[in-house]
Amino acid sequence: MTAKRRVAQLGMLAFAVLIVMGAYASVGLGINGKVPSGMLGYGLGLGGLMLAAYLVLAKWAPWADPLLLPLVTLINGLGLVMIYRIELAGEDLASAANQLMWTALGVVMFSATLIALKDHRVLQRFTYTAGFAGIALLLLPMLPFIGKEINGARIWVGIGPFSIQPAEFAKLALVVFFAGYLVAKRDVLALAGRRLLFIDLPRARDLGPVLITWGISLGVLVMQKDLGSSLLLFGAFIAMLYIATQRTSWVLIGVLLFVGGAFIAGQIFSHVEARFNVWLNAEDPALYDADGGSFQLMQGMFAMGSGGILGTGLGQGYPYKIPLSFSDFIFTAMGEELGLTGLMAILMVYALIVERGLRTSLAARDPFTKLLAGGLSFILAWQVFIIVGGVTRLIPLTGLVTPFMSAGGSALLANWMLIALLVRMSDAARRPPPQAIQDEGLTQVMQR
Amino acid sequence: MNNPLKRVAVACLLMFGLLMANVTYIGAVRAEGLRDDSRNVRMLFARYKVDRGWITADNGKTTLAKTVDTGDKQFRFEREYPLGKPFTHVVGWFAPESASGIEAAMSRYLDGSHPDLVVRRAIDMVSGKPAKGASVDLTLNTKAQEVAYKDLAGTGKRGAVVAIEPKTGKILTMVSVPSYDPNPLAKVDKATVNKAYSKLDKNDNKPLLNRAINLTFAPGSTFKTVTAAAYLSDDESRDENTQVDAPDSLPLPGTNISLPNYHGESCGGRATLLQALTISCNTPFAIMGMDVGYDKLKEQAEKFGVGQPLEIPMKVAASDIGPDEGKAALAKTAIGQQSNQMTPLQMAMVAAGIANQGTVMKPYLVNKIMGPDGAEIDVTDPEELDEAVSPEVAGELTKMMIGVVERGTGGAARIPGVTVAGKTGTAETLPGKPSHAWFISFAPADNPKVAVAVFVESGSAGNDATGGAVAAPIARDVMQAVLG
Repeated sequence: MTAKRRVAQLGMLAFAVLIVMGAYASVGLGINGKVPSGMLGYGLGLGGLMLAAYLVLAKWAPWADPLLLPLVTLINGLGLVMIYRIELAGEDLASAANQLMWTALGVVMFSATLIALKDHRVLQRFTYTAGFAGIALLLLPMLPFIGKEINGARIWVGIGPFSIQPAEFAKLALVVFFAGYLVAKRDVLALAGRRLLFIDLPRARDLGPVLITWGISLGVLVMQKDLGSSLLLFGAFIAMLYIATQRTSWVLIGVLLFVGGAFIAGQIFSHVEARFNVWLNAEDPALYDADGGSFQLMQGMFAMGSGGILGTGLGQGYPYKIPLSFSDFIFTAMGEELGLTGLMAILMVYALIVERGLRTSLAARDPFTKLLAGGLSFILAWQVFIIVGGVTRLIPLTGLVTPFMSAGGSALLANWMLIALLVRMSDAARRPPPQAIQDEGLTQVMQR
Repeated sequence: MNNPLKRVAVACLLMFGLLMANVTYIGAVRAEGLRDDSRNVRMLFARYKVDRGWITADNGKTTLAKTVDTGDKQFRFEREYPLGKPFTHVVGWFAPESASGIEAAMSRYLDGSHPDLVVRRAIDMVSGKPAKGASVDLTLNTKAQEVAYKDLAGTGKRGAVVAIEPKTGKILTMVSVPSYDPNPLAKVDKATVNKAYSKLDKNDNKPLLNRAINLTFAPGSTFKTVTAAAYLSDDESRDENTQVDAPDSLPLPGTNISLPNYHGESCGGRATLLQALTISCNTPFAIMGMDVGYDKLKEQAEKFGVGQPLEIPMKVAASDIGPDEGKAALAKTAIGQQSNQMTPLQMAMVAAGIANQGTVMKPYLVNKIMGPDGAEIDVTDPEELDEAVSPEVAGELTKMMIGVVERGTGGAARIPGVTVAGKTGTAETLPGKPSHAWFISFAPADNPKVAVAVFVESGSAGNDATGGAVAAPIARDVMQAVLG
């Protein structure tokens, strides 16, 4: 990266931190009428962290995309502010200090990934290791003693005082596995098979991994009642399969399999059916009052409706009235206080992160990088779609973390790692190709 | 792999497009419905975030409802009613989930959400100040209001007093007894409010009702003014000296019962209209009612405002002379019995209409609305409701009503140095039950400044409580208070 670009990136980073500080001050002014006393600490904390991340990035990935870090900083910071705001309102479960600590660990993870992983293509060697690790992580919460069930979903592992959601890390491992596996098998998957009507059907044995993934997804869905993760993984796998093979038939088969599986699950498991029912009839008063009904969903809708176009302003609404306003429903909390305007900005920032990721994928020179970058970008977009669509009633609600915003350590760490991978790949993709030695020789000849 | 990647990019774009479209739909199209949903607790909190405008009277000099800044984060502004009970039914109260009286009827001005105040509100929003509502100044004469309340509550009976300025329709007094302290109902604490409310709600005397406008009662002899108005208007040659039949007892057509005069008194067989009203004979007015017929009597009543939808700005229960049930019923309707049901406000309007040379003005409580900055936003202009009778008929009725006070049943309403016109009423309710006591009047008769209706409800009044004995003195005090 040229010096000018570096200054621009630092400038954008400073701007992101500045916006977050403004939001932080706004919360204090809105609630107490004065700038919060801890503001300097938080400001210096976040600023220092991001400066450290920037320095690591400048040293170990100098050609990296300059937009990724500032964009993520902005979203992470706004999430912190909202959690702080909800904590101030007396919500015991929200802790801005905790979230700041996890953000710091996230930045450490980001830096460590960048420093340790000089060349991401090394990951290709660990394709199957990553696959096994991913499945093991997914199954971890099922184990006795360490597995914990919170809010009806068995997706947690308790280690001492900490609760970790291994699915967040499994997500990364599985994307690495998909990328490695598909790069190796894509020719077979793409070319072999028969043509039936308008679609190319793959060979039965090539269907194996698809079916296994399908099985894992449904297993997660059934055993852990984690609809979100199941949808997330399966969508990511289908998208990557499509990128690798260019065959629409895979997408169709995948979608049919999932819809079929979800339909059967809906018939068998009451909680799946209940989610659909809540989604379709959220405004029904009987369902609103029912246990496990649409109360939470409607609280989020009320919040966004009350926010209107410009929002109430930070610290001036009642986002803490939404259950889980600091985690699953943080997007609706943002909607109340920042309004439609703020939500559009947040969605735009997510879209930009995804766009930078996909651009990296397009610019990458080798298929593994293309697939990994494409997969990671897609899984981010897909996750935003599932959770934001869920809380805004576009699709049925399935619990997932809003990347970088929701309170929660595992997700922050995993997503900072995801960004580190994207940064590493963008660095590789944008690095000018090394000059061939004979070129130099030729030039010398010409000079003479 | 670039082609599928580009398609995936398009898919991502679509996903974000869908999210944005949906968020826009919620935040822009559905926002209002969601915000105003009764299940949205923000509605409740929002009410306490507004520095609600004050309610005043006497051109802003007397404060009836004010907003106190408690400094609390969630419930910052609380409502207080410094003058309490006498004003409760007019001013109302502002509770977490409900409101009454002016507080309810003028809420959009008081909380600043009315379209007239939208610019001001936008400025407050941008500058981050709490939204401030407009103040509402009432037409009430607080001195007369307090006198009316003290007198009526002093009788220990239920009832209502309404006083109107005849020339404008300004409501100077509106009292309903029993009343209650509105302050506990305006507390932030929902439990306190609910407790206070349910106690009032369960009270057999129904203190929550505003008897001046929410309920209708048989008007008794006060209605004879309306019957006389119809009779006089029916034929221009008639005046207060016209002779009418006044038998001691009137057999009602189609029945085997007779209508007597009050306490079986005699009116001498023939009497002038003046005499008949002065001592409140029943039979001549029953005959007059049957003479003009149901339709004309109803029409006359309607011209005084009966049956017309009224908002002062609170909604007023519709008064009604009852259905056409034949001659015998009409005879009773004409003397304010049968199904004849009037609000005290309606009877005050009858007095005010006669006082104002036959023109009934639309009654109103809101004098003016002042913006948060003190600028006048709206001043209510008096409006004609209807011309009930011609000025001539009004003059004749006035002479008859003066007779009532000076020589007849309404002597208790006399004010030294002021000519008072009035009419008593003692309405039978159910057989064996005590009567309603009424008095309507206005003064000074030659240039009326105030018209009053006093109503004391049956059951709470003693058996021999006539309008002249119970209600007239209250009317006198109220008129005196207004005249100063």
